Amino acid sequence: MKQQSRFILSILSFGYAFLYIPLASVVFFSFNASNLATVWGGFSTRWYGELFRNDQVLEALFLSVRIALTSATLATILGTMAGLVLARFGRFKGRTLFSGMITSPMVMPEVITGLSLLLLFITLQQITGWPGQRGFSTITIAHTTFSMAYVAVIVQSRLVSMDESLEEAAMDLGGRPLRVVFDITLPLIAPAMIAGWLLAFTLSLDDLVIASFVSGPGSTTLPMLIFSKVKLGVSPDINALASLIIVTVGLGVVLAWLFGRRRSSKAQ
Amino acid sequence: MKDFIRIRGISKTFGDFIAVNKVDLDIGKGELFSILGGSGCGKTTLLRMLAGFEVPTAGSIEIDGIDVTHMAPYDRPVNMMFQSYAIFPHMNVAKNIGYGLRKEGVAKAEIARRVDAMLELVQLVDFKTRKPDQLSGGQRQRVALARALIKRPKVLLLDEPLAALDKKLREHTQFELMNIQDELGITFVVVTHDQEEAMTLSSRIVVMDKGEFQQVGTPKEIYEFPANRFVADFIGTINTFEGIVTAADDETTSVYSDEAGETLIARGKQLFEVGQQVEIAVRPEKIFIDKERSTREGDICLEGVVDDLDILAIARCIGFALPQEK
Repeated sequence: MKQQSRFILSILSFGYAFLYIPLASVVFFSFNASNLATVWGGFSTRWYGELFRNDQVLEALFLSVRIALTSATLATILGTMAGLVLARFGRFKGRTLFSGMITSPMVMPEVITGLSLLLLFITLQQITGWPGQRGFSTITIAHTTFSMAYVAVIVQSRLVSMDESLEEAAMDLGGRPLRVVFDITLPLIAPAMIAGWLLAFTLSLDDLVIASFVSGPGSTTLPMLIFSKVKLGVSPDINALASLIIVTVGLGVVLAWLFGRRRSSKAQ
Repeated sequence: MKDFIRIRGISKTFGDFIAVNKVDLDIGKGELFSILGGSGCGKTTLLRMLAGFEVPTAGSIEIDGIDVTHMAPYDRPVNMMFQSYAIFPHMNVAKNIGYGLRKEGVAKAEIARRVDAMLELVQLVDFKTRKPDQLSGGQRQRVALARALIKRPKVLLLDEPLAALDKKLREHTQFELMNIQDELGITFVVVTHDQEEAMTLSSRIVVMDKGEFQQVGTPKEIYEFPANRFVADFIGTINTFEGIVTAADDETTSVYSDEAGETLIARGKQLFEVGQQVEIAVRPEKIFIDKERSTREGDICLEGVVDDLDILAIARCIGFALPQEK
């Protein structure tokens, strides 16, 4: 028994080490005074200061956040509508095709999605003159296209597990269909919509491949910037940036956990 | 008014499946009418057509002289209590009950007044601000009832109103339902698979099977004079004997049964011809058991040996082996 629990414990610590040592080393080296990213030269916070003076990084960060906010919101609106249609409109003609086309961006290789969107934008530009320059708008459209698939799936599964007679009861009591959507359906699927929005936001912030295809000169997102910098060798300010992202995400997770715990204890 | 609800030639098919097959029905004002049948017999489909959630394939429905066949659920003077109760989980008890009035655009003060009156009627005054997940099954059922009644519908539809409650609570709630119906005088149409429930609740019952009506009548008529084998089997328990009609007039029919070894006599108007092969059914409570042979005039006696004893809640079930079966 003792032997077995020690074995389990060592597997567990190995697993955690595998997951978290790389992250810890990034945070550790972000406080490195040396110019070389992997050689320790004493404690310093100079790279954090340098990061905030680096306009290139700040601009990329700002662009990425703007794209993520816009595309997550658009994806949530479109994805919710698609999810509603899939879960509540019965077996209409072409439903299988619709459902397949909604979910296909999830399984499509990103390279293909990126390439085809790029070709689409170039053709569009030749015919209509829009988009004159690829950048914020084209990346936002591309991100919306693939992240709405995730939102649609999340919303649909929530709706399928929800008692349909709730909506029928509201209609029975005199609510017109559109009113019922706002009175009953949306409040009840709000958690799924929030989850979908957060996922879409993360996917967009994280995306490198598709953004690289559909971006133009002067529109570099944060992942693109980091990637291009790393190609020239890891510079310590990237470590600082990565540490900040880790801290932000970590805080977000802790906050979400605290919020969830408070809600469940309130429900009891 | 005998035909407050007029159902004429209603059918509903889903693809090849016929859920309800050309049924006619009249339900009077203030009746407590039950639709009784096993699962998949079409009773819920019929109820949903009354509520407006299903459009009939053929036929028409009139309520209080108005054709509602193609009227949307939100325009009908009908409210429904769902089997799952369908209480809105994000609204408290008072908000749930007042929902129908808010959609009608009733003034706030009036809504508050009527919600309070409803809470009183279903004895939930202290639970006004509770959320649905803080209520017991019985309380949720009463919220659903109050919410469906507050718009003073011409007809209240109840889909298995008591199925989700435990046995003890069910009996209590049953009488509560009857009292409320009596007090408000609203026509109730109840769908149930529980024959006991239908028998005690209803003023009239329709027994359904495979999308068709087997019999419409008062509980007593259905119990005492089942229209066919299905109804006799479905309602209560019966003992059947096969036999041949030996004599028949307007009052009695005599049947000689080999199985019983006796001539059995059934009262009621003449339905069969002499010589016809029939089955005769006897309700268990019409059978008396004694060690001595009865000498009373008109009694039919069968001899047998007790071979099985089951103790039920309030009665005993005694199995007999007749000598002919040995």
